Amino acid sequence: MTIALSNMPWLETVVKIAKGENVGQNIQIILKTLGLPLAGILVFLMIWHAAASNINTSLGQFPGPADVVTQSKNLMNEHVTEREKAEAFYERQEKRNADRVAKDPDYVPKIRPYTGKPTYVDQIGTSLVTVLSGFFLASLIAVPLGIVIGLSSNLYSAFNPIIQIFKPVSPLAWLPLVTMVVSALYVTDDPMVPKSFVTSMITVMLCCLWPTVINTAVGVASISQDLKNVSQVLRLSYMTHVIKIVLPSSVPMMFTGLRLSLSIAWMVLIAAEMLAQNPGLGKFVWDEFQNGSSDSLGRIMVAVITIGLIGFLLDRIMLMIQRYVSWDKSATLR
Amino acid sequence: MNKMLEITGAGIEFNTPKGSFRALRDVNLKIQQGEFVSLIGHSGCGKSTVLNIVAGLLQATEGGVVLNGKEVNEPGPERAVVFQNHSLLPWLSAYENVELAVKQVFKGKKSKAEMKEWIEHNLGLVHMTHAMHKRPDEISGGMKQRVGIARALAMEPYVLLMDEPFGALDALTRAHLQDSLMEIQKDLNNTVIMITHDVDEAVLLSDRIVMMTNGPAATIGEILDVNLERPRNRLELADDPAYNHYRAAVLSFLYEKQKKVDSTTSSAPQANATKKPEPVAAPAIEPAQEPEKKIA
Repeated sequence: MTIALSNMPWLETVVKIAKGENVGQNIQIILKTLGLPLAGILVFLMIWHAAASNINTSLGQFPGPADVVTQSKNLMNEHVTEREKAEAFYERQEKRNADRVAKDPDYVPKIRPYTGKPTYVDQIGTSLVTVLSGFFLASLIAVPLGIVIGLSSNLYSAFNPIIQIFKPVSPLAWLPLVTMVVSALYVTDDPMVPKSFVTSMITVMLCCLWPTVINTAVGVASISQDLKNVSQVLRLSYMTHVIKIVLPSSVPMMFTGLRLSLSIAWMVLIAAEMLAQNPGLGKFVWDEFQNGSSDSLGRIMVAVITIGLIGFLLDRIMLMIQRYVSWDKSATLR
Repeated sequence: MNKMLEITGAGIEFNTPKGSFRALRDVNLKIQQGEFVSLIGHSGCGKSTVLNIVAGLLQATEGGVVLNGKEVNEPGPERAVVFQNHSLLPWLSAYENVELAVKQVFKGKKSKAEMKEWIEHNLGLVHMTHAMHKRPDEISGGMKQRVGIARALAMEPYVLLMDEPFGALDALTRAHLQDSLMEIQKDLNNTVIMITHDVDEAVLLSDRIVMMTNGPAATIGEILDVNLERPRNRLELADDPAYNHYRAAVLSFLYEKQKKVDSTTSSAPQANATKKPEPVAAPAIEPAQEPEKKIA
């Protein structure tokens, strides 16, 4: 509860007003913490609205805030309809199977999956799964690698050029290579996950490794000499040293890296999905662009805002995890 | 052969970008079991370097250290160090900080219950039982240093190495901890090497005061035997002629024989001199300490 509250300072103040503490002062605080951001958003919406009505494209007018609202409603309705269709499909199938078993007791009923197109919500889900698995895979490699090269200045010097060279590489450059390698190596008759998923995931991983590696290494390398001396005097083994001293003291830097990585992962994912045709938000944007109906721009704008919101949310979640994991609860995290 | 710690011909040279720098030369010192030795000297004279060589954190370029017949060439818990700025792990409570040391040293030798008792016993020695589950950022500087001492004592070291253990504390807290340390020393009869900047601390606590010449290439200048009866009481000693004689001996070494000439530190004795004529309410300890703290 305290964690949730500390993310939203205005909510804390509302609680205080409800309790009757410093009502006047607290209302001022609310106006500031809640009012100013709201005013900013309002001004932005007005400018957006005014600008949008002046931009005409071959697909019609540029979508303003109102179009976005309409289109997001449409997308939700499509989702609901699609779900109803799917349910109806399964119901019909079950009924048919039951009838057939009644006639012929030897018949083993088969359930065929519904093959309707993925809805907007499905696509968000796919994107989230892809980005999280790519990010998780990257962290699994980056954190230990960062610790190992942070502990040894020789290893750091050896790895540093490689990191610096691969860090700025765009996902679009990796993608063709990854696609070919995945097609060559990931060959099964009954794939657990589709190839496009694996391709996007690996591309995300390759692009979001580096901030975590670098920040973890810097965090580990900057552990105070005093603590290293303590470890030496106690003759801690390598693993105990890492667990008891290195990990806790490098947590803040590590999380700075992880958060950078996650935001890069999310950005990269959209590009990767567009090209790999992984059924996520990137593919949605691409399909709408190819579709070219008068609604398309509005729907793409919905995707833009969704991408932004989810990116923001992912960062907040990481911040919450950092607060939970970090030993120094007094440090201000932003 | 009851000499337990021998530093023989120890010297050290550091490689710097400007070429090699000789910090220490020809340090010879024999310390017996249960002896309390202070190292005193101006800043940058290599006191810490000597301590770090004994601790094994630095390797002497020539000469070396033998402890109980074994050469010292790496750090280890039998030469526990109390660091100047406590060096507690900030994410562990006082108890857990000591526990880390105890688990490491007594792994397989003590049972869980024995370890717990031993940790609590050591925290009790430094009067920290009441706050043993607090983290370093929740306790005062003096308390942190107490935990640091408890951690070192809990390793049951042959030699306790203290690097300006009370340097960062205010005068009252320092006096308090000095008394605690004397008490513990009386009970456990530890061998202690302590670095200090503080003449009164050195005379009050030590059996011998090792005075170091100024660097570079510092070495031991004089060794003063302090034959004051124990237990020592700071108030009684303040008027004791023998005590004042020892103080004067150390002061004259530091400010006459080894007077610092460079600009940053030469102001220290002057500041001391200008302070003297004023009627000072504080005990005689204070004026000698103040300029020293500035140097540090």
